[in-house]
Amino acid sequence: MTATDPLVEFDHVGKFFPVPTGLISGLRSKKEKPAVRAVDDVSFTLERGEVLGLAGESGSGKSTVGRLALRLLDPTAGTVRFDGIDLATLKPEEMRRTRSRMQVVFQDPLASLNPRMTIGQAVEHPAQIHLTDLSPKQRREEVYDIFSAVGLDPPKYYYDKFPHQISGGQRQRVVIARGLITRPDLIVADEPIAMADVSVQALLLDLMMQLKDEFDLTYLFITHDLATTKYLCDRIAIMYLGKIVEIGTLREVFTNPQHPYTRALLAAVPVPDPRHRRTEPLPQGEIPNPIHPPTGCHFHPRCSIAQEGVCDVERPTLLPVRGIEDHEVSCHLRTGAYQELDPV
Amino acid sequence: MTAETLYSIRNLTVEYDTRIGGVRAVDDLTLDIYKGEILGLVGESGCGKSTLGKGMMRTITTPGHIVGGELWFEGVDLMTLSELEMSNIRGNRIGMVFQDPMTSLNPLMRISEHLIEAIRTHYPRMSEDAARARAVDMVKDLGIREERIDDYPHQFSGGMRQRIMIALVLALNAALIIADEPTTALDVIVEAQFLDLLRSLREEFELTILLITHNIGVVAELADRVAVMYAGKAAEVGPVESVFLDTKHPYSRGLLKSVPNIDVDDQELFKMTGAPPNLIAPPSGCRFHPRCPRAVDLCTDDEPPLIDVTGDGHLASCWIYSDLPNRPTDGVG
Repeated sequence: MTATDPLVEFDHVGKFFPVPTGLISGLRSKKEKPAVRAVDDVSFTLERGEVLGLAGESGSGKSTVGRLALRLLDPTAGTVRFDGIDLATLKPEEMRRTRSRMQVVFQDPLASLNPRMTIGQAVEHPAQIHLTDLSPKQRREEVYDIFSAVGLDPPKYYYDKFPHQISGGQRQRVVIARGLITRPDLIVADEPIAMADVSVQALLLDLMMQLKDEFDLTYLFITHDLATTKYLCDRIAIMYLGKIVEIGTLREVFTNPQHPYTRALLAAVPVPDPRHRRTEPLPQGEIPNPIHPPTGCHFHPRCSIAQEGVCDVERPTLLPVRGIEDHEVSCHLRTGAYQELDPV
Repeated sequence: MTAETLYSIRNLTVEYDTRIGGVRAVDDLTLDIYKGEILGLVGESGCGKSTLGKGMMRTITTPGHIVGGELWFEGVDLMTLSELEMSNIRGNRIGMVFQDPMTSLNPLMRISEHLIEAIRTHYPRMSEDAARARAVDMVKDLGIREERIDDYPHQFSGGMRQRIMIALVLALNAALIIADEPTTALDVIVEAQFLDLLRSLREEFELTILLITHNIGVVAELADRVAVMYAGKAAEVGPVESVFLDTKHPYSRGLLKSVPNIDVDDQELFKMTGAPPNLIAPPSGCRFHPRCPRAVDLCTDDEPPLIDVTGDGHLASCWIYSDLPNRPTDGVG
């Protein structure tokens, strides 16, 4: 890769959550305490102005990555850098200032908004904390500007509405507006459209694209829904049990998926065309218990091409796909020393 | 259609009382479900699809109530039955599968107990051992290992719990399964596995399923026919291929075009204007007219009937397909 000045950089980041054990067994056991490796040795970069999709099933660790990027969680291992700075080294005051440059949009807008605050106050609140050099009147003008930008028009009408008085799609616009008021560089969007109806999803995706250009934003777009990544993302990372198994440009990963898990995930998406028939086999079973992940490649017990003696023993790492720029996969049979074993 | 009708909804109206008036969540809706088919019922939040499912079971609770209509099932109008008779139909003849199986399973009962109870409800003379043997066969059929049958619901994953719900419905030999968003809480691979399972089960057991969902892709994958609901009414009903590939109602056209797909070369996402109406004061005439690109005066004034557009059961509630001189013209979009 040639880019040198990423906005966000994950460098072998891990986040382990201890698993509660009983007091007695905890005292008795001399062994290492069990932990869920929610994020395990994850490295990627997010360039300025880029949209990176982070996709995977429940429990894959995608939301934890989002929280680490915002330093809502501190990593157990590795370094998270924002604009070149290791976030873990920032003092609370410095972190507070940095926070105004990174914002988050969650799935459920109703849970993200205080029911007793008007939506105008909700959006103005971060401005009171971060934009202290503005007068109250200027801050109010800022809110109106942002309201117009996210399509809450006329802004003065919406300013005094409470969250329950507007629709779900409009509430998500409010949450986006609140994220934009501090003019951040980075937006971590964690399933921002998952609760919306399809017709509203289309409008929100379109809005997010417009805002990206208007406000020079960089997005980390976390989703379980691969079909929506296509409209927004430049690159995409597929996660499975805390690890990135494949990463690359969206077109490359969608049209030339290498990892058997990525293939299955793409094949499993329901296609809105009754003539369509699935061709790729589905993996057996479900995601295993993350406290005791499988040996070797985490995916091998469910993989249709796994090779005994290799995939169940050695842990694969992300390696470039031969001959293709910006496409990496973590599969013994698709890159690296064991490629000749690939049955396909 | 020569297919035998299993459940016939005739002019069903369901209303919810609110402080500012009655909301007609389902309004004068007529729909047939044929024996052995999977009928997909799609629509956006608030269109009345879940209310319709509950109405069919007569499980609408206050402040909601059925205002009128007939519910013909196996030769009986369910509206004429007593509550006791109705509760016999529920579970026994009509099974339900909900989005969150955890709320439908008793957390203090083992999976085996759930199944044995269901089997012996249907076959009261079967011994406990025989019922257990049958339960074991069933869970194995559904891809669950035998040794897990004595686990509790919380020890199962979401996908497995949903399989157990299906097992319970199958155990009762229900004639009709109403599945309300059965895959919505599932991850995409588990969802695909579950859809495969339903597909094979319906062959084996000749199931009739009403599949209520907001996921249009799921309907395309599984359903034989589809009904699109809008603002408490059926906008379009027909065979799935015909509705998806030759969509008649302007609302369904917009809805289907706004569904994201994974074809990288198809980058345009259609954006419908406006939002579904407030059902306290629904629009006059056709309820879609304020958002419809084809609307003319007729659409504002009069409500369109369901018109059989193709003559073979593809219905659309749109004046375009009438023969009135002042009808709107069809066009692309």
